[in-house]
Amino acid sequence: MFGLDKKDARLLLIVAVMVALAPIILNPFPEDSAMAQFNAGYPDLMQRFVIFGIFAIGFNILFGLTGYLSFGHAAFLGAGSYAGMWMMKLLSINVIPAIILSTVVAGVIALAIGWISLRRSGIYFSILTLAFAQMAFALAASVLTPITGGETGLQTNLNDPRIFPEFLGGGSSVDGNIPKPSLFGIEMSSSFKVPVGGWEWTFNWGYYLCGVMMLVAFYIAIRIFRSPFGLMLKAVKSNQHRMSYTGLNTRPYMLTCFVISGMYAGLAGGLMAAMDPQVGAERMQWTASGEVVLMTILGGIGTLIGPVLGAGLIKYFENIFSKINSSLLHEWFAFLPDGLENFIVAIIYPFIGKGWHLTLGLMFMAVIIFLPGGLVELGKRLSKRFGKKNQDAAGDTKPAE
Amino acid sequence: MDQIILQILNGLDKGSAYALIALGLTLIFGTLGVVNFAHGALFMLGAFCTVTLSRLLGISRTVIDETRTDFLGNPLKVEIPYLYDWFGEATGAAIIDWAVPLSIIFAIPIMISIGVIMERGLIKHFYNRPHADQILVTFGLAIVLQEIIKYYFGANQIPAPAPEAFTGSFDFGAAFGAKAGAIIYPYWRIVYFCFAMILIGAVFAFLRFTTFGMVVRAGMADRETVGLLGINIDRRFTIMFGIAAAVAGLAGVMYTPINSPNYHMGMDFLVISFVVVVVGGMGSLPGAVLAGFVLGILESFASMREVIEFLPGINQVVIYLAAIIILLTRPRGLMGRKGVMED
Amino acid sequence: MGILEVKGVNKRFGGLQALGDVNLSIPENTVHAIIGPNGAGKSTLLNVLVGKLIPDTGSVMFDGQSVLGRKPHEINQMGISRVFQTPEIFADLTVMENVMIPCFAKRDGAFELNAIGSVSSQKDIRLMAETILDDVNMLDKRNMHAASMSRGDKRRLEMAMCLVQEPRLLLLDEPTAGMARADTNNTIDLLKEINEKRNITMAIIEHDMHVVFSLAERITVLAQGTPLVEETPENIKGHPKVREAYLGEAQI
Repeated sequence: MFGLDKKDARLLLIVAVMVALAPIILNPFPEDSAMAQFNAGYPDLMQRFVIFGIFAIGFNILFGLTGYLSFGHAAFLGAGSYAGMWMMKLLSINVIPAIILSTVVAGVIALAIGWISLRRSGIYFSILTLAFAQMAFALAASVLTPITGGETGLQTNLNDPRIFPEFLGGGSSVDGNIPKPSLFGIEMSSSFKVPVGGWEWTFNWGYYLCGVMMLVAFYIAIRIFRSPFGLMLKAVKSNQHRMSYTGLNTRPYMLTCFVISGMYAGLAGGLMAAMDPQVGAERMQWTASGEVVLMTILGGIGTLIGPVLGAGLIKYFENIFSKINSSLLHEWFAFLPDGLENFIVAIIYPFIGKGWHLTLGLMFMAVIIFLPGGLVELGKRLSKRFGKKNQDAAGDTKPAE
Repeated sequence: MDQIILQILNGLDKGSAYALIALGLTLIFGTLGVVNFAHGALFMLGAFCTVTLSRLLGISRTVIDETRTDFLGNPLKVEIPYLYDWFGEATGAAIIDWAVPLSIIFAIPIMISIGVIMERGLIKHFYNRPHADQILVTFGLAIVLQEIIKYYFGANQIPAPAPEAFTGSFDFGAAFGAKAGAIIYPYWRIVYFCFAMILIGAVFAFLRFTTFGMVVRAGMADRETVGLLGINIDRRFTIMFGIAAAVAGLAGVMYTPINSPNYHMGMDFLVISFVVVVVGGMGSLPGAVLAGFVLGILESFASMREVIEFLPGINQVVIYLAAIIILLTRPRGLMGRKGVMED
Repeated sequence: MGILEVKGVNKRFGGLQALGDVNLSIPENTVHAIIGPNGAGKSTLLNVLVGKLIPDTGSVMFDGQSVLGRKPHEINQMGISRVFQTPEIFADLTVMENVMIPCFAKRDGAFELNAIGSVSSQKDIRLMAETILDDVNMLDKRNMHAASMSRGDKRRLEMAMCLVQEPRLLLLDEPTAGMARADTNNTIDLLKEINEKRNITMAIIEHDMHVVFSLAERITVLAQGTPLVEETPENIKGHPKVREAYLGEAQI
């Protein structure tokens, strides 16, 4: 199917079904139950799941295949967002041109940064990418204010020019409100709600656009992993020395890979702007680059599905786990004697709510120390232990023989 | 001319901090071959040693002063630090006032133990793993340390003032016969610079003139051979890690009056410190110090008004720009050796 | 006129004369060994031959073209392959993938962007790789991870990767260093076979005299950066100058 072998096709299919049914799967708890706050099936969060999934898939194409650790991917994310915003301000509120331009702009910037950074490898490469991203961040916050809006950032405005207001359906609310990003007239923020029993499922247009984009991105990533190009990238990671003594020029391979990876980040940035039309310079800060590194590692470096899982996990933590507060904890452990209850709450408390970063840091360290293959490896080990034969839906990096 | 001197002076204190952190990073990299992304966190921990000590020193008992009343008319509650009781009011107040320099004594054993625990407990297991893994695990550790500090000390900056005696500024202009008030420079920054020079000197002297240092230097050059000579190089490297942690910690201790510590100061410095190390040349101690000062001074020149008017935004990017240019023209940094970290 | 012509090569490192006036001519289809005591400049010479080091004076011509200042992949594309002291293979990949990479390089050149077609659908590449693996008797190991093989097998794999490219000159840097006797003998047989069947010129740098005398047709002895003698193996044995240079370092 689609030029994939059976295993990959099955993986793609599973992911596609998950993406399609996410509004239902992520809302396992009835609306009025105590657990309802653990539901992740609301549009805003689901959009972030898939957008960061795209970002992480792209990062993994670079880091997972070639082993080049970039600490500057936030620059491409931010550049994509700015480009997307300008497209929606100047051309049309339709998100299609915005997404296309954001991908292209990020690709061009990646070409420029990669051209220089790829002259070095190892930590020198990491530092060069970091330096470029930090420069981009500093410039976006100061000198480039006319383009980036400086510290306040960019938003869509009522009096934006929008040369083709009706282009491809244009914006839907022209009645004196700021038009909202839309696709052929359908607003990205519009959703329809389906109440079923105690549950309420929200199907959001923006989410489905992002979901489709992620599936496309995921599909392309599979093709790259299985292609001769992908094999060359693995060769770069394994032994550059041998590779060049095999008559292969590593540089164009690396540069192409870097640009592709940057375009993924740009696409993610463009989608972010399309879902929530505002962008600030902090999107380019190095912490954002660090976040995508965390996602990829947590999920499983060099695996296909890993980055998507990692992105989902971290975004879930950031939005859901962080909302647990101490009174809720007390509620949960109320069945214990008071002293014990307070004790347990006191122990758990630093790790939840605002302290979720601590949990994240510990989890991240644990993964690197004990489980270098991330969640995917965890899944494999578990399925091996429980003797399931059909392990490895997650797909490893080796082509099926 | 005055401007130039002033900018060089301004660059020195930041440059000192960069140089100290970079020195520690290089010590760790040179001895253990580990890229330590948690080094900024050690700097931050040092700064919080100061905060902790000044809080400890300030522990007080509350007495009710019957002679005075507060604005509600109730008797005024006065906090009297126990130190006043123990050493008398004058000495007690002086000790509290000198909390920052005193923290040096307090921080050295703490930082060395943190360093040793870190090396034995975590880093040791990563010697044979790829550099990327080392970067990532220490990056994770940095997040953890930072979050722990955030949990106990909160997210806000905590001021830790310099001793009263150093709060003023020194008027270089008046002192050296130029225009009075042309070059005004805070005393504490002079102290910081001198402190950094002494610390750097001490590290170099230690490596140069002690047997321990000689073995470590030999180990940096060729670990295997030194190991074959029957010398327990591992234990020495552990101690070096402790020393490197202490250097970073002390840099943080003394930096608190210049910039009130907060939990993410380590990360802020780390990014630049790495640039410094790479510019200086991975594994080169003099390179790290040199690059620290060069970049510190460069940064302060770039923030001159005349320069910014000419090249807007240059103050924000000058360090990174310098790093990029140096890395492209001198692949191994200013003083890097061949073959270090090239794959 | 040899396929590789080294003329008047000098190289200094600071005060050290690493190579002094080296002249060397290797005729096509011969096996030429370069021996010499430690520090004689063997490695430096090899690095000059592959263009990694640029000599202060002199020229290195391969088939009438200068190799100096060229990048490794360009040198390789000219027809020079190289075997390293420790086998340089793609340790993270399978044996089959290891061999497929040079197959792609042979078919598509130094760079070819094929990001969409899948590796497994490249029938011609598979066939090429399988043929070579069969030639070196490794077909049964094709799905093994390269990292998990014995040193001898790694060396065999490395040779196979070089053979794919049908090089005209194969440079070998101590091909049997650190190998067990059996592996050494296997390697010697493999090299002999390659030389006879495929007419590949070889230049070997080697410590192990057993290897040198089983393979080489001509031997150059290097001492202090200068070629001392160039002779056939029979004449090298017992040559007074050679004895002097080694001073009993190796038993000849």
